[in-house]
Amino acid sequence: MAVVYEKSKLLTDTPLHYCPGCTHGIIHKLVAESLEELEAGGKAVGVAPVGCSVLAYNYFSCDMVEAPHGRAPAIATGLKRALPDGVIFTYQGDGDLAAIGTAETVHAATRGENITVIFVNNAIYGMTGGQMAPTTLPGQVTQTTPYGRDVTKAGFPVRVCEMLSTLSGVAYAERVSVDTVPNIRKAKAAIKKAFETQMAGKGFSIVEVLSTCPTNWGLTPVEALQWLRDNMIPYYPLGVYQDRTANKKGVF
Amino acid sequence: MAKAIIDEKVCKGCGLCVAVCPKKILRLAAHRMNDKGYNPAEVTDEAACIGCAMCGIMCPDSAITVEK
Amino acid sequence: MSERVLMKGNEAMAEAAIRAGCRHFFGYPITPQTEVAAYMSKKMPKIGGTYLQAESEIAAINMVLGAASAGVRAMTSSSSPGISLKTEGISYIAGSDLPCLIVNVERGGPGLGGIQPAQSDYWQATRALGHGDFHVLVFAPSTVQEVVDLVFLAYDLAEKYRMPSLLLSDGLLGQMMEPVSFPEPVERAAEKPWAANGHQNKRPHNIINSLYLAPDELERTVVERFRRYAEIERTEQRCQEYLCDDADYVIVAFGATSRVSQSAVDTLRAQGVKAGLLRPITLWPFPGDAIRSHIPHTKAFLSVEMSMGQMVDDVRLAVEGKVPVDFFGRTGGVIPRPAEVVEKVLTMAGGDK
Repeated sequence: MAVVYEKSKLLTDTPLHYCPGCTHGIIHKLVAESLEELEAGGKAVGVAPVGCSVLAYNYFSCDMVEAPHGRAPAIATGLKRALPDGVIFTYQGDGDLAAIGTAETVHAATRGENITVIFVNNAIYGMTGGQMAPTTLPGQVTQTTPYGRDVTKAGFPVRVCEMLSTLSGVAYAERVSVDTVPNIRKAKAAIKKAFETQMAGKGFSIVEVLSTCPTNWGLTPVEALQWLRDNMIPYYPLGVYQDRTANKKGVF
Repeated sequence: MAKAIIDEKVCKGCGLCVAVCPKKILRLAAHRMNDKGYNPAEVTDEAACIGCAMCGIMCPDSAITVEK
Repeated sequence: MSERVLMKGNEAMAEAAIRAGCRHFFGYPITPQTEVAAYMSKKMPKIGGTYLQAESEIAAINMVLGAASAGVRAMTSSSSPGISLKTEGISYIAGSDLPCLIVNVERGGPGLGGIQPAQSDYWQATRALGHGDFHVLVFAPSTVQEVVDLVFLAYDLAEKYRMPSLLLSDGLLGQMMEPVSFPEPVERAAEKPWAANGHQNKRPHNIINSLYLAPDELERTVVERFRRYAEIERTEQRCQEYLCDDADYVIVAFGATSRVSQSAVDTLRAQGVKAGLLRPITLWPFPGDAIRSHIPHTKAFLSVEMSMGQMVDDVRLAVEGKVPVDFFGRTGGVIPRPAEVVEKVLTMAGGDK
């Protein structure tokens, strides 16, 4: 018998601290498997955010840097400028990327910074116990929107891929989901393509991954995947929002 | 002949593998807990496994190795 | 040493950083430091370096964090309000034990303040460049030549002790032109086995991090850092003394105010008042040992600053109440005149020459 599926060697033996059924673990695997298949682990440097995935530096076996909240794209920029042959990625949640770190995200993107951003969107601040995120859906109940997100008071969710797709520096932007095995396969292909985009020097790449938070959504892991399908995908349609990778020089 | 090997000490009993298995041969052990206090996933009918690896792909904790 | 050339303080600082091996500069425009960024933007592309204008001061300091993590000599420069924005990143850099060079070409504050020279960020530089228990090395040049020399030293000590260095300049020094010569360029960077620069499958992964969730682990890390700080306080205090050995009145002043104070000392000596000048070159570690050495023969110390009196706290801490410590300062961008300092010392001396 041959092994047809096993844990990626780009993940360490450290047990993940995530709640049972949290899809962060799936996304970690996709990042690790993609880097492994591209034989990029030795030249990869990842940047961990502040949020649930703050401890990601313990889980990836490549070199890692832990960033202040929201600043991961700026740190990745510094790393990439110092290590032009490195494969530099950030791993960020929605609060980190689309609230406190919006400026860093937008400007890294518009510079065409040759980095890869893995953006995990689960529509909530998980680490701090389930407050409203920039991507919390209209009407969604969180700890700080106990009557549901009222857009007349709290405004509207940010659609990150749509927004970034308008910028000339973005080589590749795709939104994927990890709610089913076929979608996980598509997510893996997108993440791998994002890394390939960077390795070919074509500019900024981002993969937005719709993800769950069973604990703070108050659902079982299986119910949470259904909630994602029923509520998040209609608001955040899956698909490719920008692809300039066919250009020989990418965005430049 | 295929086989799903579950690392019970890593499993958090989230049940995603149980939901995704096309042959319905996974379940959470009802009367057994691992060191973390979770009811780990277990295979009910090893002979029925087709080695599709969907359980492994779905497992957030990389607890499942699949052989075929 | 190169031949002497006439250069503006800010441009000499940028050139010195390049010669000290800096190839990664991340900036954001703010008066009166903009010449540093302008010079870097002109030079870096020609030598294969990076000049990057960030979207904010916050982004710029985090780009420094990233580049420093990779093990290169990185730099950012700003002026007072911009330094306030950088303090978040500086705390993380200190907490991650990363070396780098940060420049503050000080202007008046608080708030938007003014754009004229000031020294009112002394407390911020030596006490509170961010949250948490930490220090940064703080250097205070008083001539354009010293700007150049301290840039080299700031990088060397930052790497030796794995911590950020802050060069505290001011609008006066930044804009002033003086002849300078440059030390030999640094060709090769120091080995940095801790750097997150891709392990090439040859070593375990390196992690650059300031998070320690277990209190005893965080305490251990901070205590270890403070052992380093104690060694620095023992061995790296730097100052220059001018006529201090027999002085009845020792003026303590750094940067631009030390130049004013030196003129005042000359005038006072000509009038028969035994005045001297002690000029701190490092503000952290503060040269308290040198100050203490003059207590036996000194009637009083006078701290002269372009602020409402900040360094005077450190002078008082060094003197421990053994002799009087007085203060004279102008603030808001006003530079004290030598005559004002002379008058202050004469008042302190009273009838007693």
